[in-house]
Amino acid sequence: MNAPVRIEVRDLRLAYGTREALHGVSFDVHAHEILGIIGPAQAGKTSLLRCLNRTIDFTADARMTGSVKVDGVDVRQVKDVFGLRRKIGMVAPLPVGLPLSIYDNVAFAPRCAGLRRRDELEALVERCLRQAALWDEVKDRLHTLGTRLSGGQQQRLTIARALSHQPEILCLDEFSIAIDPVTTMRIEEVLKELRRTVTILLVTNLTQQARRLADRTLFLWKGELVELDRTEVIFSEHPRERRTYEYVNGMVG
Amino acid sequence: MTGREGQSEHPNHRAAGGEGVASGREAAGGGAGWKPAPQDSPRGQGEGKRPRRSGWARAGERVIEGVIRTSGVSAVLFVLAIFFFVFREAAPVLFGGEHFKLLPFLFSVEWYPTSASNVRYGTLALTVGTFSVTALAMVLAVPFGLGAAVFVSEFCGPRLKETLKVVIELLAAIPSVVWGFIGLTVMSRLIVHFTGAPVGVNLLNGGIILALMSVPIIVSIGEDALKAVPDSYREAGLALGATRWQLVYRVLLPAARNGLLAAVLLGVGRAVGETMAVLMATGHAVNLPLGVFDSVRTLTANVAAELGEAPAGSDHYRVLFLTGVLLFSLTFVVNLVADLVIRGWRRK
Ligand SMILES: Nc1ncnc2c1ncn2[C@@H]1O[C@H](COP(=O)(O)OP(=O)(O)OP(=O)(O)O)[C@@H](O)[C@H]1O
Ligand SMILES: [Mg+2]
Repeated sequence: MNAPVRIEVRDLRLAYGTREALHGVSFDVHAHEILGIIGPAQAGKTSLLRCLNRTIDFTADARMTGSVKVDGVDVRQVKDVFGLRRKIGMVAPLPVGLPLSIYDNVAFAPRCAGLRRRDELEALVERCLRQAALWDEVKDRLHTLGTRLSGGQQQRLTIARALSHQPEILCLDEFSIAIDPVTTMRIEEVLKELRRTVTILLVTNLTQQARRLADRTLFLWKGELVELDRTEVIFSEHPRERRTYEYVNGMVG
Repeated sequence: MTGREGQSEHPNHRAAGGEGVASGREAAGGGAGWKPAPQDSPRGQGEGKRPRRSGWARAGERVIEGVIRTSGVSAVLFVLAIFFFVFREAAPVLFGGEHFKLLPFLFSVEWYPTSASNVRYGTLALTVGTFSVTALAMVLAVPFGLGAAVFVSEFCGPRLKETLKVVIELLAAIPSVVWGFIGLTVMSRLIVHFTGAPVGVNLLNGGIILALMSVPIIVSIGEDALKAVPDSYREAGLALGATRWQLVYRVLLPAARNGLLAAVLLGVGRAVGETMAVLMATGHAVNLPLGVFDSVRTLTANVAAELGEAPAGSDHYRVLFLTGVLLFSLTFVVNLVADLVIRGWRRK
């Protein structure tokens, strides 16, 4: 694959206090690919994503060593961490609707980035809500509180929000746990389309979702990168590692 | 009950056994492939093992519930009782005082309760005094108090935070008569020195003193309100690329606005109800203020100063009680309006 490298992770170690959650992980993410990240609970998938946009900083006792470069710049050296976070859209597994209206939730990040024009904002909000397959359900009540939506709708609202600042990299952390299968499929179609403009990291507990969407898949196990290869290889009868085969086929977990 | 075949998880097993609770419907479904899930087994199993609470536990709970209900109801009763007793003292003059009429009481500025020839009870100047001192105090205290609350809760480090909180609590503990002293001496001299006003005890002085008295309340209640905003909101906002300041005014202030409004209202309450400090700091002259350097008198200070001299049961005495009713109604209206404002916000 000769697409340029967007994210370069080298020997990333992350410790919460004295417990290490990531034991030296190295990989690259190329432009315009969907990288699936699979692994059992506690593998460190969420922690890995939180290192990318430095939201790990919010955990006071987390210590990160090694290097994570986004577009060639080490994230710990960037001056404008807010700009970095705007470049990376992040969808958390538990939706956190900000206590604002649906519209304001989606318009939040663009406003923070300095977008003021009303018509542009409205168009942007509509586009993001459509991409998150939420527009039809909420178009008549954009100004009601986002926290009044159902769980699955809130999850899609966070997806719309993550798209709202037009990120170049999109991290989805188990985005579909609260979303019904039909809507999940609609969002997956959108993700496939987004791949043309956005680089996507898809953390998922549904291995089949990685199989459907990901170009390459990374198998993380107890804070260790076991295998990273083209998705066909990971899900084939003969991945390089036995553990991969067993996890993917539900024999270990 | 526990030994029943309901424990078996396999529906076929139950149907085959055909005893006890196996219903006719299930038996009729007999040999075909699909079977409805056994509907009674989960409950049947649970019932036998469900722990029973003792009679004591239930009685105790009822007692506690009663106590809680009583204290809730009594809070309302106390407020009503206070209103009732104050009103009872005032009622005779309201319904037939010799020199008393309601409209002049509310809308006249002439307060001459002890005049030998022509007694007049007009409280407009006092009401305006109360409102102007309170308003000035809030203009100073609300931005300062809320700003300090935001700083303490969001921007300063843990060490500084502890120090500031201690200082703020100390400020809140200063008795109002001490504030009055400060107003009478230090503040009044400062005002004369810096503004050249003829007297230092005036509206400005009272406003500043009241502001200093309400700021600690606004800061500590406001800080609590901000602390109650879940951290997940902060993380979500920051993950979207908001700066700390954007986070404050786009997320935290809206999220905490009810608590912040409560903080402001408590500050207003303190300012409206404060007596001793304003009595000493405002100059205590019955006067419609035209500027911040005019002396004023407030409703509260007026009652405090005159009630001791008014003979019990006299018209003057009763009018002072009526002033209390007026004060009560004014604070009630202020709170009501604030409540409606909040409801209006909620509906959005
Ligand atoms: N804030 C934290 N403080 C301390 N330890 C943490 C914290 N967050 C995660 N950990 C630990 O780090 C390890 C990895 O957690 P992480 O959330 O990254 O796993 P995950 O792969 O995302 O799991 P899941 O599939 O359940 O979401 C776990 O052992 C967890 O206990
Ligand atoms: Mg996780």
